[in-house]
Amino acid sequence: MQAAAQLREEQVWTWLAAVPDPEIPVISVVDLGIVRAVQVTGDDAVSVTITPTYSGCPAMQVIEDAVRDALHQRGIGHVDIVTRLSPAWTTDWMSEEGKVKLKDYGIAPPSQQASDLQVIDTSGLKSGLKSGLAGAVSRRAVPPPVVACPHCGSTHTQLTSQFGSTPCKALYKCLDCREPFDYFKCH
Amino acid sequence: MDAKTNYLLRLGDNALVLSQRLSELCGKGPALEEDMALTNVALDLLGQARMWLTYAGELEGRGRDEDALAYRRDAHDFTNVLLVEQPNGNYADTLMRQFYFDTWHYFLIGALTKSSDERIAGIAEKSLKEVTYHLRRSGDLVVRLGDGTDISHRYAQTAADELWMYSGEVFNYDAVDDAMVAAGIAPPAAHLRQQWLDHVADIFAEATLTMPPADAWMQKGGKQGRHSEHLGYLLAEMQFLQRAYPGAEW
Repeated sequence: MQAAAQLREEQVWTWLAAVPDPEIPVISVVDLGIVRAVQVTGDDAVSVTITPTYSGCPAMQVIEDAVRDALHQRGIGHVDIVTRLSPAWTTDWMSEEGKVKLKDYGIAPPSQQASDLQVIDTSGLKSGLKSGLAGAVSRRAVPPPVVACPHCGSTHTQLTSQFGSTPCKALYKCLDCREPFDYFKCH
Repeated sequence: MDAKTNYLLRLGDNALVLSQRLSELCGKGPALEEDMALTNVALDLLGQARMWLTYAGELEGRGRDEDALAYRRDAHDFTNVLLVEQPNGNYADTLMRQFYFDTWHYFLIGALTKSSDERIAGIAEKSLKEVTYHLRRSGDLVVRLGDGTDISHRYAQTAADELWMYSGEVFNYDAVDDAMVAAGIAPPAAHLRQQWLDHVADIFAEATLTMPPADAWMQKGGKQGRHSEHLGYLLAEMQFLQRAYPGAEW
């Protein structure tokens, strides 16, 4: 029984790996790290735990529906979707395969580890602020990312806009091949 | 309504009303990049408002969901602080309002990640990364305007002075806030206020702006439902569809 359940969970993960992200259809919801857990709860019942990328991401409802549809099509009658906020989603959860797919699609993948960005730099701050979260707001605490152009590979690139067509992306331009491109921000 | 429900409603209303204000600038930003930035921040705040209001509705137990709370309450039932309902004004006004709010929001949300209420801590953890880049951005822009041209400096200083009296309400705790502090759910005002003052002083120094006096007279009343006339107009627009077609669904 245990072995059968194990097998089916792996099967469900494989099915979900074919569910595309609605905004960036070249990568799947599994590649993005949105699917956090899969549990087989009965003969035709599955519970899928997902986490939102950004609080206001308008794609979350679409993702939920897509996951549900995909499993219904595989004959799973009861699909329970659980939304989990903590631990909060991070681009560190994006699969290496997903990063390659993003780059091939023309979107530069995150070039930093989000966990590195949590480094507290309190230099230049007042004594009263030298504890807790203060460093994260220091305006120069974090060096800007080195972003490689997904078209020509040059790192001679420049930020055009901190925000792009979706909350997760910034706009860059390549100073060598002159092409504009999206950068999937480290979060 | 118990204290926790009320507190959640305040968190939700602050995020919702500021989100609506920023959304008014969609398609009207002074530059394309700013237009996108403002609406992205609005979207983050809207997402946060949904999480707070959903929780408030569940705790209240009267069957009101996020939509019922957002669209079917009148101005006197809204509990946001007066700062967030202030009009967008010129761009310095919009940015200074955002900077005052973001600074408070950042330190508050950081403290709420350690809340004794697990669900509040979870929502705060989710929101923290977002409010962190909101604050980085608004601080950057305050410096650029303040330490910019003579004209941008003058506008930034005027905005800083005129909005100052709305900056203290978030630290003016009443029985609801005190109950949250006692329960370990929310942080006390004194430390939060000191963090706020230190950060604003830091950024203003770099922006060559003069900080108004910390002991200046401050407006209050929004948390208790006594609002400026601006909120009614904002709600009239935000709630139009549900008022005209009650129960309409997407």
